[in-house]
Amino acid sequence: MGSDNVFAAVALPHLDAAFNLARWLTGSRADAEDVVQEAMVRALTYFPTYRGGSGRAWILQIVRNTAYSALRAKRGERRVEQTGIDETSEIESIPDRAPDPEKALMLSDDLSRMDALIDRLPLELRETLVLRELEELSYREIAQVTAAPIGTVMSRLWRARRLLAQAAAEGEKP
Amino acid sequence: MNAGDCGKLLLLQADFDGELDAAQAAALAAHRADCPFCKRNEAFLAATHRALRGASYHRAGPELRRAVASRIGEAERAPPRRRAWMPWQGLAGFGAGAALAAALVLTLLPAGRPELVAALVDDHVRALQPGHLLDVVSTNQHTVKPWFDGRLDFAPPVKDLATAGFPLLGGRLDYIHGRSVAVLVYSRGKHLVELFVWPSSGAAEEPARATRDGYNVVHWTADSMSLTAVSDLEPAGLEEFVRDWRQVR
Repeated sequence: MGSDNVFAAVALPHLDAAFNLARWLTGSRADAEDVVQEAMVRALTYFPTYRGGSGRAWILQIVRNTAYSALRAKRGERRVEQTGIDETSEIESIPDRAPDPEKALMLSDDLSRMDALIDRLPLELRETLVLRELEELSYREIAQVTAAPIGTVMSRLWRARRLLAQAAAEGEKP
Repeated sequence: MNAGDCGKLLLLQADFDGELDAAQAAALAAHRADCPFCKRNEAFLAATHRALRGASYHRAGPELRRAVASRIGEAERAPPRRRAWMPWQGLAGFGAGAALAAALVLTLLPAGRPELVAALVDDHVRALQPGHLLDVVSTNQHTVKPWFDGRLDFAPPVKDLATAGFPLLGGRLDYIHGRSVAVLVYSRGKHLVELFVWPSSGAAEEPARATRDGYNVVHWTADSMSLTAVSDLEPAGLEEFVRDWRQVR
């Protein structure tokens, strides 16, 4: 079996995951398709340095880096803007009163509305939430894909879930 | 921990996400049985999880699937076999500028060595031609090292520098200045670093640098081995390689 066949066996099963992440990061199908094609070519180039382990995390890491490059190019920026949310917001329990995020989220049976709520999350929270809730990656894999320490993954995940619920609750207001 | 909090929030979340082992989960269970914060947070996590089932999972369409498969197929059919990731395509445009860049800490190689430097750089360039780079292809030092046994009259040191960012690609044998030498091939991104190794009877020498034809060369002697790294990597990058090599046991 040639090395490119090995590559196909490692990479192709994760094409859906690659596209899903690219779509959530870029916000458009067309951009996501470009990102995935570019990422797969990069992955083939880097394949000799792939050292085993989670093939999905390895592919998604390359997809994420490629998507960030595409976002930078699109905005004409050197870096993708970081919201600084890791530094500013507290990790807090759900308050026992005030708008009920649970109820608001349960009411989100309108699919496009749920997507719109996720789309509004800051980039680093959105990617963490998508990797956990939609891709069901482990904390360790998410840390690898997003180049963040596991502690940061945990706090981003909590913030993402809370922010999503808050946005849903606010959307319920008349 | 905040006033309105039990401090176990991220632990509870980790349990919800299936990240705790049995002992950790049991310890948490004892706490949360009568913790109002945990009860509320747990209900919240379950609610977000249920709600997120309503989120779209975007699947790759058939056109994208075909496009990706054909790009991988192209790389597979195109000779030579390693074309897709070997950097010789970029070598033609490599300017001398890179050789002048970066402040160097290393001393210059003694003037008596230009022939050796030339021979090694020539060999490096020749090896970049398709099919010449590697006799043994392996990222595993424990595969590459035994491969040299029986092919050489010495045992070259083979080190794993993957964690330092220089993964091993493999090795080959070469014949330079009348003797067999071992060549270890490492990569950094699209650049290659080749390390030429042969026995030396001389005293230990600290690393010293040279450049030729835009390639950077660092030579040193240690543990009765003469070592020469050759690369199109910028001087600082090659120095980093040499430093890492000397540190790893």
